Amino acid sequence: MNLELSEEHRLLQATVREFAAREIAPAAARLDREARYPAELIARAAALGLMGLMIPEQYGGAGMDGVANVIVQEELARASAGVQVIVSVNNSLVADPILRFGTEEQKRRYLPPLTEGRSLGCYCLTESSAGSDAMALETRAGLRGGEWVITGRKLFVTNGVEADLCIVYARSEDVPGARGLSAFLVEKSFPGIQVGKVEHKLGIRCSSTAEILLDDCRVPAENLLGRRGEGGKIALATLDGGRIGIAAQAIGLARAALEEATAYVSQRRLFGRALRDFQATQWALADMATRTDAARLLAYRAAWLRDRGERCTREAAVAKLIASETAMWATHRAVQLFGGYGYIQDYPLERYFRDAKITEIYEGTSEILRLVISRDVLGSKGTARP
Amino acid sequence: MNIIVCLKQVPDTEAPIRIRPDGTGIDETGLNLVMNYYDEHATEAALRLREQFGGTVTAVAVGPERAREALRQALAMGADEAALLRDPQLDGADHLQVARALAAFITPRTPDVVICGKLSTDDNAAVVGPALAEVLDLPQATAIARLEVDPNRARATVHRELEGAVEVLEVPLPALFTVERSLNEPRYPSLPGIMKAKRKEIAVMDLAALGLSPEEVGSPGAVLERLTSPPGRTAGVQVNGAEPEAAVEAIITFLSERAKVL
Ligand SMILES: Cc1cc2nc3c(=O)[nH]c(=O)nc-3n(C[C@H](O)[C@H](O)[C@H](O)COP(=O)(O)OP(=O)(O)OC[C@H]3O[C@@H](n4cnc5c(N)ncnc54)[C@H](O)[C@@H]3O)c2cc1C
Repeated sequence: MNLELSEEHRLLQATVREFAAREIAPAAARLDREARYPAELIARAAALGLMGLMIPEQYGGAGMDGVANVIVQEELARASAGVQVIVSVNNSLVADPILRFGTEEQKRRYLPPLTEGRSLGCYCLTESSAGSDAMALETRAGLRGGEWVITGRKLFVTNGVEADLCIVYARSEDVPGARGLSAFLVEKSFPGIQVGKVEHKLGIRCSSTAEILLDDCRVPAENLLGRRGEGGKIALATLDGGRIGIAAQAIGLARAALEEATAYVSQRRLFGRALRDFQATQWALADMATRTDAARLLAYRAAWLRDRGERCTREAAVAKLIASETAMWATHRAVQLFGGYGYIQDYPLERYFRDAKITEIYEGTSEILRLVISRDVLGSKGTARP
Repeated sequence: MNIIVCLKQVPDTEAPIRIRPDGTGIDETGLNLVMNYYDEHATEAALRLREQFGGTVTAVAVGPERAREALRQALAMGADEAALLRDPQLDGADHLQVARALAAFITPRTPDVVICGKLSTDDNAAVVGPALAEVLDLPQATAIARLEVDPNRARATVHRELEGAVEVLEVPLPALFTVERSLNEPRYPSLPGIMKAKRKEIAVMDLAALGLSPEEVGSPGAVLERLTSPPGRTAGVQVNGAEPEAAVEAIITFLSERAKVL
């Protein structure tokens, strides 16, 4: 057992912390207000190697491990959860499945642009009647004249507006449920794919959330990712990694709330005392620190297991569940400590609070995560892991 | 171009400094240690010279085992090689001893340019750079804010920012420069850079490996006697509720009689 970060993890943490504090944090409030995609920041993130950090060097990535990813995503989210999710989706939901399931040809074609920031990726699973029940999705893919032809509407796609490459999950087999699905690498420039409605939303406002419309979209046969009928498996395996990234996002938000609150209560005076001198304040900070610590260690554990090639579905769900509920709770608590100042836009607290909510929803709602965890706890006969 | 950059690991300037109860030094537990900021600029300057003219950048530090981390950062930024000069006799070394150890490392490598930070933010002495130039018998320019090298003429043109003026010097190479923070904007170590740095060996050399006898390093001319905290700040004076004229009067009295600045 060794809970110490390695020398390169610490150097990585210091580097990304400084990058986030100097380049991202000063822009975060404006990006949120204007709901504008931060193209320049993403280009700089790519130059640092943040867009393909777990991709091996031979495909243009940094070749780091999943623990490094947790470190990076926490630091980015500490400055802006909106900027962070753009980076996290590219890493965990797009580059990662191409690396795990792609052919050599697909990896050589798609990974270098994604990791170098010449191209951005998005993950298209959700549909209007397939969110939590994703495996019921209805987008169709059929082979016609040696090409795949895909038709359907994807909803709530992060990076949907700016993405050049979409991983689209569609029903290719006449089988209901997960086994009827396949995954496809669809370039935005292919005929028959376009961006539909762009959503306005509560938080992570500088990251776009859009509908992706596929109307007889023609995709070369070699752009099938993995095997036919393997789409459900790929989608879920990808989400294990994605959930660790979202756990790290939530941890970054909880830490932001804790750090801002700690500074504020030392300086705010009322009833002749500093706000920090009230025991109610001290206990709130203690609880925020405790839960954030717990969430971080659980995210490290999940990433560590995944790095060893072990199954981590339950551990990733545990990490995201506790981290997202901690982020929601801690940002809520911090707004309260700030009083009226927590509610107005001159301070970042209201932004953290708005940003935190999404962590309980995407890549598996808290309810779905409880389902995943409880299934593993109860198991079927003989496989229960209480 | 053969470039050597000297660097030091120091406490983060934002970290609260606690002095050990016996006054023999600072308490390093939980202290965030970083590469001296000026040395980040020195490293950047070295890397830019290599990018312009080719060659190698070697980073060298005198310090304890933990100073490896600062060297690792230099490697991650792009330095080619790194060496840690570590010896019990160098614990508590003064600036001249550090300069002698660095010189023993540098001399056989016959550099074209040696670059140091203007000062290190832990003791603010600004001595090692100039002392090193003396021991190496190299021309030097300190606190430079601009550096242009003409390798064909083996000369460098540097700017030094003085109060109200800029001094422009031409310096023959090889030379030693200490750099000001306004010289450049240091790059972040990139993630691939961090991974490459991880695979590189940091050479560790003691005095014997440097070919220095204890006598050549000498004993410290200045020995740390005791560290004490600066006196705590006393409460300020508040001028409350007075009429504006009376308040101005009170402040002027304070400034002239108590603070003695008027
Ligand atoms: C900003 C944003 C970005 C997104 N980015 C992406 C993306 O990049 N790619 C993508 O494919 N999708 C994305 N999504 C979609 C997201 O993953 C879904 O919204 C989410 O999975 C929930 O699905 P739903 O909205 O259809 O809600 P529903 O599935 O309709 O859920 C409604 C409620 O029912 C609860 N519920 C569902 N099933 C159960 C159950 N069995 N037991 C108890 N309660 C249950 C849910 O937890 C929830 O509270 C994004 C969504 C948002 C808002």
